Amino acid sequence: MKFLTTNFVTCAVKGCLSSLEAFPLKYEDCQLVQEETEYKPEFISHMLERLEWNAIVQVAKDLGNDSLPATKPEGLDPIMEDSQAVLKDLHTLLMETQIVEGKMSCRNCGHVYHIKNSIPNFLLPPHLC
Amino acid sequence: MKDYLIYFAQAYPNFRRAEIESLAQLHGISIDMSHHDEQNPFLIVQLENDLQAQQIMERSVLGRGIYELWGQGKDLDELHASVKESSHDKFELYKQASFKFDFIGYMGSRSNKTKFAMIESFSFLAFEGPIRMKNPDEIFTVLEEYKVTGNDKATTPERMWFGRQIQLSARVGNILDKYDLRRRKYIGTTSFDAELSLVSCNIAQVDQGKFTYDPFAGTGSFLVAAANYGGISIGSDIDIRTLRGKSDQCNIKANFNQYGTSLQFVDVLTMDFTNNALRQSLCIDTIVCDPPYGVREGLKVCGAKDPEKAAGRENVVIDGEKAHLRRDFIQPKKPYQLSNLLDDLLRFSASRLPVGGRLAFWMPTANDDFEINQIPQHAQLELIYNLEQEFNKWSRRLLVYVKRDESYVGQTSNGLKSQGIKDFRERYFNGFSEKSR
Repeated sequence: MKFLTTNFVTCAVKGCLSSLEAFPLKYEDCQLVQEETEYKPEFISHMLERLEWNAIVQVAKDLGNDSLPATKPEGLDPIMEDSQAVLKDLHTLLMETQIVEGKMSCRNCGHVYHIKNSIPNFLLPPHLC
Repeated sequence: MKDYLIYFAQAYPNFRRAEIESLAQLHGISIDMSHHDEQNPFLIVQLENDLQAQQIMERSVLGRGIYELWGQGKDLDELHASVKESSHDKFELYKQASFKFDFIGYMGSRSNKTKFAMIESFSFLAFEGPIRMKNPDEIFTVLEEYKVTGNDKATTPERMWFGRQIQLSARVGNILDKYDLRRRKYIGTTSFDAELSLVSCNIAQVDQGKFTYDPFAGTGSFLVAAANYGGISIGSDIDIRTLRGKSDQCNIKANFNQYGTSLQFVDVLTMDFTNNALRQSLCIDTIVCDPPYGVREGLKVCGAKDPEKAAGRENVVIDGEKAHLRRDFIQPKKPYQLSNLLDDLLRFSASRLPVGGRLAFWMPTANDDFEINQIPQHAQLELIYNLEQEFNKWSRRLLVYVKRDESYVGQTSNGLKSQGIKDFRERYFNGFSEKSR
């Protein structure tokens, strides 16, 4: 599971879908692996528009990274040198950081999901369906 | 407006119009294809310019090429006359360009000797540029349609066209070969064939940077097809085994690597579509899928088959940990009706797609009891295409819907449910017999 994906998923329990607490999930006991991927700065700057930045910062913190700016980097231009460094860092974080194993839990209902062999499992037990 | 000639492949003729119209609309091009005849692979359309022609053909799977039309006729003399009359102003434009001639014959062909003679017969074009067989500036093409009756080979064409090649399609660029399942690293019993998955993505208007979601991803057939067109692919499936694949070299990720589109691949999630974990605010531009109609395996969602028996299991504790929260817990599944799943799919699409976004999915129907009102409808989704691929006793249909804004008021209906149509799986395994209806 890419770090990127943590920005797209929330708790699958119906009562949590609209809860502000449920997103992002809380990441614990995670085993991370860096996996090299082709770098396209335009792809990252385009992707950035779709992201909930607060959740990126939160999940990075869960995983032990406190270095992200509190607000979303704006106006990144892949041609500018300053921007390039930021985009490259974001690429490393979002696209190349894989969560291979770990737990994701909902801050609203407390349910725990597992990431196994890089694939997150959102299947629910019967009493939560 | 100018005349352009489209030459189509002999494959899924009833899907052609939807594919070209969808690609045109994606580029903001209006095109009238109402005169398209499925029996005929040649179609003259009006477009503003070459760029538009290029845009509608570049990605096409069912088209072969598009040509600026210079003339047409029943035989060579008529063709010459037509070119001289309607295109003489164009001769000058290409006077110095390097060029070559090409021949396309539908249901017939010419010998090389005749081809040379025909090229000579066009000397009135008075081109002075060099002839180049490799990478010429312009390719002029003679297209011919032969009619074969009985077993005899047709020797003379019924109709001829002369045109300047603008764009050959992705099909001619061998895209079907590239995505051929036989050479794909990871496939399974539910893998969807390359041609129709690419066509589905064209009609669904998957495009550069657009989020494309397949809620029944399986081995990821639609995900790789979407990535081919620049879509950002995200998938989910209730079956973890298909998502996991066989090894690191034989899984969905390996397929993206094989096609050089790994950047376009977000992830696949183990997930029950009816208990969806994608956050509501995430913009999903396109949904393309083949719902599990359960021929291979009965349709299932999360839940207990027998709720009474399962009651209280949420309190089971193993090694001081709630059993259902443990890493090795296997979530039970229960059978589910296809008609309900399609309802869920439409409702989800209506709520998550942006206005103008498309939902495209395949639905199986038994031919003996099919009625058009069995196709599920949602008040916020307009059904724009219902394209049938017919087998012997059943069909599958590519249904394509567009999300509309509040001003659109459609009807929500589900004929499968209201008419009590038997689940497709049951009919399939009973050979579609009268008794199984």
